[in-house]
Amino acid sequence: MKKELKIFDKPRNVKRFLGGFYVSLVILLITDFFIHKHAEFTWEGIPEFYATYGFVSCVLLIFIAKGLRLFVKRDEDYYD
Amino acid sequence: MTNLIPPSAILIIGALFVPFIRGRLKSAYMLLLPSFVFMTLLNMPEGKYWIVKVLDYSLVFGRVDRLSMVFGYIFTIITFIGVLFALKVKDDLQHVAALLYAGGALGVTFAGDFLTLYLFWELLAIASTFLILARRTKASQAAAIRYILVHIFGGLCLLAGIVFYIQQTGTAEFEYIGLSGTASYLIFIGIALNAAIPPLHPWLQDAYPEATVTGAVFMSALTTKSAVYVMARTFPGTELLIWMGALMTAFPIFYAVLENDIRRVLSYSLINQVGFMMCGIGIGTHLAINGAVSHAFCHILYKALLFMAAGSVLHMTGKIRCTDLGGLYKTMPLTCLFCMIGAASISAFPLFSGFVSKSMIVSASAHEKLTIIWLILQFASAGVFHHAGIKVPFFTFFAEDSGIRTKEPPLNMLLAMGIAAFLCVAIAIFPRPLYDILPYPVDYVPYTAAHVVGQLQLLMFGALAFCLLILSGYYPAEMRAINLDTDWFYRKGLSQIMAGITGLCTWVAHICEKIFVRILPERLAELSKKPVSTLAVSYMKLSGKGRLALEEFRKQTRPETVSLGPMGLPVFVSLIFLISLFVVFVFLS
Repeated sequence: MKKELKIFDKPRNVKRFLGGFYVSLVILLITDFFIHKHAEFTWEGIPEFYATYGFVSCVLLIFIAKGLRLFVKRDEDYYD
Repeated sequence: MTNLIPPSAILIIGALFVPFIRGRLKSAYMLLLPSFVFMTLLNMPEGKYWIVKVLDYSLVFGRVDRLSMVFGYIFTIITFIGVLFALKVKDDLQHVAALLYAGGALGVTFAGDFLTLYLFWELLAIASTFLILARRTKASQAAAIRYILVHIFGGLCLLAGIVFYIQQTGTAEFEYIGLSGTASYLIFIGIALNAAIPPLHPWLQDAYPEATVTGAVFMSALTTKSAVYVMARTFPGTELLIWMGALMTAFPIFYAVLENDIRRVLSYSLINQVGFMMCGIGIGTHLAINGAVSHAFCHILYKALLFMAAGSVLHMTGKIRCTDLGGLYKTMPLTCLFCMIGAASISAFPLFSGFVSKSMIVSASAHEKLTIIWLILQFASAGVFHHAGIKVPFFTFFAEDSGIRTKEPPLNMLLAMGIAAFLCVAIAIFPRPLYDILPYPVDYVPYTAAHVVGQLQLLMFGALAFCLLILSGYYPAEMRAINLDTDWFYRKGLSQIMAGITGLCTWVAHICEKIFVRILPERLAELSKKPVSTLAVSYMKLSGKGRLALEEFRKQTRPETVSLGPMGLPVFVSLIFLISLFVVFVFLS
């Protein structure tokens, strides 16, 4: 049996990973100010539009999905 | 044309010999079939070949143009990968069904008339059903029956539409139709069902997770994408498709977030991706059609890759639910890596294939100033990353360690995933060869600074939302449960309608019994016994004389006799009279 990978068993590594993730987010936010935008829609020119839209979309997605679960969730043997 | 056999026939006839070959020769033979098809495709110049005259119609088995060639190439590539993935399966039924299925898809692709198209369309449905049946569980058999019934319905719609269409136009040529008139709507419904356009989509998420490990790989590639091809040929520029496509991209992601079965999550994200293609076909500009076709090309690769990764997990652990899995990166690091490449590709990360194809469709919607559509597509793009890009790898390979200790799948499976993963990355880094085979000339540059940063922001901040919601515990927990979809209408709804109709009929029967068996005979019996007083009492009741008047009446009149005497005698006399009349007329006249 080969040796198992265990990198995410150590909380320190998870923290490092998340740290790297947050740093990359900040870099993305900063880069936004230095690029030339050729916006098809006016709002595409707004600073950090995509970041905001992505974040808000996903939060909304989760909350709507949670609401949807109230209506559509059934037991696994519902159709049996 | 030097070759006498159409590409579809190579696979279909070739499939029939599979059960008679054994061992390594069989593996080599099965891999040779798609390779041979690919060689054939490379030597097929544009034109129409293999035309067979039947009655008044000419069946065209080989219409070759730029649109059909792209789909021909990718169907052949994925057949090779699928066969390689399934090489160790010791079940000839699956091998034969998969090859027939791929042959059907190629047949649809190169069909030049509607009758040939219909022929191969049905072959697709029948062959793929066996890939579900072959799992040989109770659930898969039930799912297979539902699957084939739904597809028979779709096939019949298509057939009816084709018959009307030939009747009206006098031609069976498989070309642009456009949405007008009954025939076109019937054909549209037939194609839409195979493309899983809502509300005709639930067969997909019902059947694919029940298919065999290897069968699902073929299924994820062939049925919906051949429908995309047929739609791109017959209904480009149909406005309805833009809206249906946008709806299709958006609604499955909510289900995908809730779903527990990994392959069902992938099925929902498949519907979502086909939505992008439908949207592109609906927009109908050269850029949009190119986008839809190239997205189908890339999608087939990364979706098959994801289904292969999920299939490998199912194959090695016997488990496929988020609630049962977790921590598998420790023992299946390569599968995990391939899964993440598939996940990055479907999410359209820069340097992964979805990025160079999906963005063409999104850009096309922006060029046409379709504001709402553009917003929905961007929302769906973020949503895809959320469920297919993060959720699938996260709950399978990371998250909480499930304690499962397994190992990598066999070499052939790893190789198949490796080839698909390689192509996903290669297409993204060198998109030119793909762009060169698209139906229209491409002058699209995917890698601009604004596009790369915009897309990265959209995805990474979507990921941030996932991260924060998971850490704070707001993320909906994975549950052992199912979620109702429109298949409820034929799985439960119909039986409830039946129960309702039965209930209604029972009620009517009950009322009838009460009136005609009990109340009416009782009243008639009473009337014949006591005609005068019954009539008098009814009259007094009706005229509202009240209880007192009734009792007065009963006191004043003596009870009617019940004997038959007074009534019977005249009846007896009349009978004698009638019989004598009969005798006189019959015997004496």
